Amino acid sequence: MEKINIIGAGLAGLSAAITLAEGGYESNLISLQYSERAQSVLAEGGINAALDTMGEGDTVNEHYEDTMKGGGMLANPVAVRRLTKNAPDTVLWLKSLGVPFYQENGTIILRNFGGQKKKRTAYAKSSTGKVIMNALIDGARKYEKKGLIRRYPHHEFIKLLLSKPADGQKICRGVQIKDRYSDSILKLYGIVILASGGMNGVFPGMTTGTTQNSGEVTATIFAQGVALSNLEMLQYHPTTIGISGKRCLVTEAARGEGGRLYVVRNGRPWYFMEEKYPVLKNLMPRDIVSREMYLTVREKECEQQVYLDMTGLKDKVWEHKLSDLRNEILYYRKLDPKNTPIPVEPGIHYFMGGIHTDEYHRTNIDGVYAAGECTSLYHGANRLGGNSMLGAVYGGKTAAMHIMKNAEEKGHDFAEKTKEESMESYRAESMESLGEESMEAPAEASEEFVSALGNILYDGLGIVRNEGRLKFAMGKVSQLEAACHNDREKNRILLAKAMLNSAIIRKESRGAHYREDYPDRQDEYYRKITLARYEEQQLEVDFVQIQGDPGISSE
Amino acid sequence: MVVQFDILRKEKKAEKQYTQSIRYEYENPNESVANALRQINRRQERKDIKGNPVSVIKWECSCLQKKCGACAMLINGKPGLACDARLAAYKTETIRLAPLRKFPVVEDLIVDRSILYENLKEMEAWLAGQPELREQGYEAAYEGSRCLQCGCCLEICPNFYAGGNFFGMASMVPVARILEELNENDRKSLIKEYKKHIYSGCGKSLACRNICPAQIDIEGLLLNSNALSVWKAGLRRHGGV
Ligand SMILES: Cc1cc2nc3c(=O)[nH]c(=O)nc-3n(C[C@H](O)[C@H](O)[C@H](O)COP(=O)(O)OP(=O)(O)OC[C@H]3O[C@@H](n4cnc5c(N)ncnc54)[C@H](O)[C@@H]3O)c2cc1C
Ligand code: SF4
Ligand code: SF4
Ligand code: FES
Repeated sequence: MEKINIIGAGLAGLSAAITLAEGGYESNLISLQYSERAQSVLAEGGINAALDTMGEGDTVNEHYEDTMKGGGMLANPVAVRRLTKNAPDTVLWLKSLGVPFYQENGTIILRNFGGQKKKRTAYAKSSTGKVIMNALIDGARKYEKKGLIRRYPHHEFIKLLLSKPADGQKICRGVQIKDRYSDSILKLYGIVILASGGMNGVFPGMTTGTTQNSGEVTATIFAQGVALSNLEMLQYHPTTIGISGKRCLVTEAARGEGGRLYVVRNGRPWYFMEEKYPVLKNLMPRDIVSREMYLTVREKECEQQVYLDMTGLKDKVWEHKLSDLRNEILYYRKLDPKNTPIPVEPGIHYFMGGIHTDEYHRTNIDGVYAAGECTSLYHGANRLGGNSMLGAVYGGKTAAMHIMKNAEEKGHDFAEKTKEESMESYRAESMESLGEESMEAPAEASEEFVSALGNILYDGLGIVRNEGRLKFAMGKVSQLEAACHNDREKNRILLAKAMLNSAIIRKESRGAHYREDYPDRQDEYYRKITLARYEEQQLEVDFVQIQGDPGISSE
Repeated sequence: MVVQFDILRKEKKAEKQYTQSIRYEYENPNESVANALRQINRRQERKDIKGNPVSVIKWECSCLQKKCGACAMLINGKPGLACDARLAAYKTETIRLAPLRKFPVVEDLIVDRSILYENLKEMEAWLAGQPELREQGYEAAYEGSRCLQCGCCLEICPNFYAGGNFFGMASMVPVARILEELNENDRKSLIKEYKKHIYSGCGKSLACRNICPAQIDIEGLLLNSNALSVWKAGLRRHGGV
């Protein structure tokens, strides 16, 4: 069997590569930059699992329910069952790879996070993503030396190599990539796992993530026929600050420790969240806080800026829990949050929608899997904080396990084959052309085009949406389409239209998707997935039923 | 406010580097070198100060918030992260940008830092056995997990050169985490590598400590790792015994 080709070396890609290597399978780990530069290193808060180490009697079932309900009952219930059931083992696997989670007497300590009722989040200060990535990178190194993992660390995804036999079903034969240092183009044969992260580059400068995740992979494979789902579901994090070139996250812990949101109304601070939601106050779920911020600054007599007031926090909290945050704000804003409220705005933080897969992480095209933030599977209409790292690590693992199980059932003799293939001959083989296909790298989308498209989408797909704005955005996208120069720009237009269309046809409000013209949730019609496909030059967005019974009421 | 960038450039297949000077106006007092490069590259017409056309300036970035190490370069001769370098902090009218010198230049400001990864592979820096993280080792394991692999410490180090026997702090920091988590028995072979590629070559001037953009406690980790591998364990800084 050929090696498995993994696009992306963040949590999902590394987890897949290590799992394959543990089973003796070879993989190519392809990424634009080294793993240290992947967005996963930015994750701060932690990773969820019902390990129940805090004596609260937490259960897998409660994790399941919180995830399903948090996601507006739109996630795949079979997949979420498996995710939450395997979460404790996933976190323990990470611990066995040496991740220094915060522990006492060898037991992982859990904290409250992401709007969950029980302590369920394992962490390491405010650098959880970084320490997990570091251990996975070290873990993968062992297999790199053995030749089981081969890195392509400055390589760009170009396209899937698809063939279409007589029966009409596309099959993936491999992937074409470009070495950004030498400009040479390679073809690598074998199954593909897409682990290319969220679509930040669709909204350039407006997200909390990295510039590396350009959205190019998702746009390309969509145009090639891979189905996407729930594209209208974008998570806005309520508290971000604009810094040079991007939005910087102000962690939820700021409010968890007592930070309060206000606007100035009639010259005085109005703590609107506390007045509107007397029980949970500033700690309402992310989508609700973001929406209230949006609506409040538009109310009469209110100024346009929301502030986060942390001046009441005790010295001890600053010292032990929020020192990184304080330093960050001092650095970027030259304001000391200990003495001065800081201006905050909502910013795009997570993409719940993306590549549509089943619970084994298979896409609609044979031979293509997807895992991590590029997929749409576990988070439905909204994601709980701490569930995305879990979804990425477990997702990569699950895709890898399924590939190995399949291969074993088919009875290939992998060990033999891997020995035969030296690196050199493999390289030669992968350079060999697949007949008539182009070995030219496609032209890049211009920055100007990407940012114009991003602005249109941002206006249409804001925190509060309505038919008029969405259709207006669609019109603008069509205008821009006329000015397309190349395939990559065309692919981006397709993706943009699919996103807008998904938001237009969902005439209800659910999770992160809020329509002021349809403010209620309509389970009868819309507890369905929005599935976007591009086939035979036709873009289609339809609702499809969610497979499997959630087993809980949706209230 | 206005600044002139003198950028040391090189085309991909060319041998020779050349300098191009570009004028840049900005308003935000927090403007970073990283954002300036992004803005310049976004201009419809890029011209140098003499009016000659300027092609897109190639450099690497990812997080734009000092957390990924991608954008390391020489800024006025000093290694640092472009996203961490404030224009206003430079008192000079020109700011010189150049690629790091210790690594092969790919093009413009991009260098090939794969030697960092090769060195760690050479040392077989991984957990050979099950981790045994003792409570007093937690801080060191955490600190040792924070390296960005940016290469700034290697750039400044008088003893490091790519391909040499001394691997520098970009290897020491990740290895410190692994040493901390291995039990005495499993640690032995890594200790051998540590002595060979880190301990024996380091002059301990600690120029690297002040340059590290992640402000990693290099000195503490170094003392800790030296204690675990070479000296008596009683001298450990992190956690002590
Ligand atoms: C500031 C911040 C804080 C967060 N905090 C948390 C948290 O506390 N808990 C939690 O659970 N989640 C958190 N998240 C979300 C979580 O970090 C991500 O969802 C998760 O890490 C995604 O992992 P991934 O492997 O899917 O993708 P990434 O880590 O984004 O990796 C994507 C990979 O794909 C590669 N790639 C992209 N495009 C291409 C291309 N064209 N060609 C080749 N390679 C390509 C990249 O090089 C990279 O290696 C946070 C996110 C951010 C931004
Ligand atoms: S202490 Fe000096 S010799 Fe040792 S790594 Fe740092 S700069 Fe190099
Ligand atoms: S030790 Fe510091 S300077 Fe050296 S590579 Fe790591 S982060 Fe960069
Ligand atoms: S872009 Fe990540 S450190 Fe500068």
